Amino acid sequence: MARKQELIQGNHAIALGAFYAGARFYAGYPITPSSEIAEVCARELPGLGGAFMQMEDEIASMGAIIGASLAGVKSFTATSGPGFSLMQENLGVAIMGEVPVVVVTVQRSGPSTGLATKPAQADLMQLRWGRHGDQSLVALIPATVAECFELTVKAFNLSEKYRAPVIVAPDEIVGHMRENYAPPEPGQLEIVDRAQPHGLIEDYRPFNFEDGAVAPLASFGSPYISHITSSMHGEDGYSDNSPDNAGRRISQLHRKLEKNIDDIVMTRSFDLDGCDTLIVAVGSAVRAARAAAKEARQRGRQVGVLQVVTMWPFPEREVRRAASRAETVIVPEMNYSGQLAGEVGRAAPGARLIRAPSFDGRGLTPADITAVL
Amino acid sequence: MGHTNGLAYLRTDILPNMWCPGCGNGIVLSAMLRAFEALKLEHHEVVAVSGIGCWGKVDDYITVNALHATHGRALSFATGVKAANPRLRVLVLAGDGDGTTIGGNHLIHSARRNMDLTMIMVDNFNYGMTGGQYSATTPGGRVTSTTRGGNPERAFDVCELVRAAGGNYVARQSIAEGALIQKRIEEGLSRPGFSFIEVISACTTLYGPNNGLKTPVDMFRQFKEKCLPKEKYDRIENAAAKGYLTTGVLHQADAPDFLSQYEAMRGRLAAAKGGRA
Repeated sequence: MARKQELIQGNHAIALGAFYAGARFYAGYPITPSSEIAEVCARELPGLGGAFMQMEDEIASMGAIIGASLAGVKSFTATSGPGFSLMQENLGVAIMGEVPVVVVTVQRSGPSTGLATKPAQADLMQLRWGRHGDQSLVALIPATVAECFELTVKAFNLSEKYRAPVIVAPDEIVGHMRENYAPPEPGQLEIVDRAQPHGLIEDYRPFNFEDGAVAPLASFGSPYISHITSSMHGEDGYSDNSPDNAGRRISQLHRKLEKNIDDIVMTRSFDLDGCDTLIVAVGSAVRAARAAAKEARQRGRQVGVLQVVTMWPFPEREVRRAASRAETVIVPEMNYSGQLAGEVGRAAPGARLIRAPSFDGRGLTPADITAVL
Repeated sequence: MGHTNGLAYLRTDILPNMWCPGCGNGIVLSAMLRAFEALKLEHHEVVAVSGIGCWGKVDDYITVNALHATHGRALSFATGVKAANPRLRVLVLAGDGDGTTIGGNHLIHSARRNMDLTMIMVDNFNYGMTGGQYSATTPGGRVTSTTRGGNPERAFDVCELVRAAGGNYVARQSIAEGALIQKRIEEGLSRPGFSFIEVISACTTLYGPNNGLKTPVDMFRQFKEKCLPKEKYDRIENAAAKGYLTTGVLHQADAPDFLSQYEAMRGRLAAAKGGRA
């Protein structure tokens, strides 16, 4: 029997994807254009045996989901630019303490309060570099309502598997658009839960600094005692400021993602075979790019689209490979500063890059891209 | 209470601790671990959430679960821990800078929410870790490394703040009263809702010497003189202006805590959907 299609909003699909992945705790603070996620959580989580908390600010929201995750409950929050800025310091705790959490930031137009209801893709660098310190994380950007659901499930899976925070960052257009979508049945998508310790209680260490390792994470309240800290620490979670330890600790935070890059990095290809013109895009810009490419192909042009799904770690190899076969690489994106184009240029230094930016809050249209094709 | 020493909860292999000679943190740590023992708490059912500061370093010396997080935000992390697993005994360990200056907003809302947490705020009237700058509890006129001419700001009465915001239990003792600190922590841990225990403590390296109290003994003497139970405090004219502080249990209430209110709401939502509670 075919599953029933429903007209679902992107933000709603993100909440449903989180529930599907097993998330049972949400803490957040209202902000446009993400508030629908909080409202769905407030309505549904109590009935799922979970809890929704509206905190006093985004700083507290980020702290609360880290605390709840350490107590063994998959946890997430949702926000937008100004709130995401406030979350940065505590997001660093999740990185340093290797705490699985998912943070949704629905990108809106800035700087500062900016055009609070309008879309942008101007936080691509903030996703990666928003926090102080030498750190790394994963960020995924959906372009459809289906991807809002499925990438949220994936975000929880990656977060649990690698004990790292994962960001889901749709732009406002994707967060607020509605499309027909049939959410998967239970069991249809893979669900990953963090590894639990099994050995002797006295042998448990909450961290493992071997190259690329990810230690099992005991929940507070389990028989295993867990020490998690934002300060520099040894594998036992107690302070250890020795240079040898600090070097191993920082290295492992990066290496656990680097060594598993093939599992983390996702792209989607549309008509790349034989194309001489490549469009590289994220989020709602992918939709405009695909429409422009389709129209160009009808005019006899060879145009393909590479969708960057995992924004961070950036899919350098995939972009380089696709760009190497194209004469021209077009990067449409919703910011002035060329945040995506800069990364494409780094990945494919020889490419002839043409930018198609939009930063007035209107979003990108196929015509904006056709104009540079 | 029988004899307790709290040693079962103390990490001994890295002693001595990093605190200055005469610092009050050791007294508070001892009182807290003795309270754990008196209440027969199992290590795995306790989570101590600390922030950043001298007292915030306490996670290194305890063998219960610990979460050492960002400056000022310990309460928010603790709120998530407790909401996710209500069976846990969750403590929040913060100083005056951490707990009520940068963290003041979370303190107000944790008390208002009446989250079932027990906060032990060690108040040494300044930022010790960063060199003795003034905090929101430094009394007006006092000398710190950023108020050389005397503090132009006024201090919070943090106990009064927590009471007004809705916490269920508020108490204050000084480090000259170790056994009473232990008793207050036991009471705080035993009472549902938000419990707040302020411990008046000695910064014997910075705040004391900056304000004419040259030795830890001088500071102890001053606490014994100035920290008084309410009945003695009330007999002194203009006590607050003279630097006296009331000690003991300052407020107790039995308002329902956040999680019990949340369960009631869960039942209402289920009933509205026509399902079972």
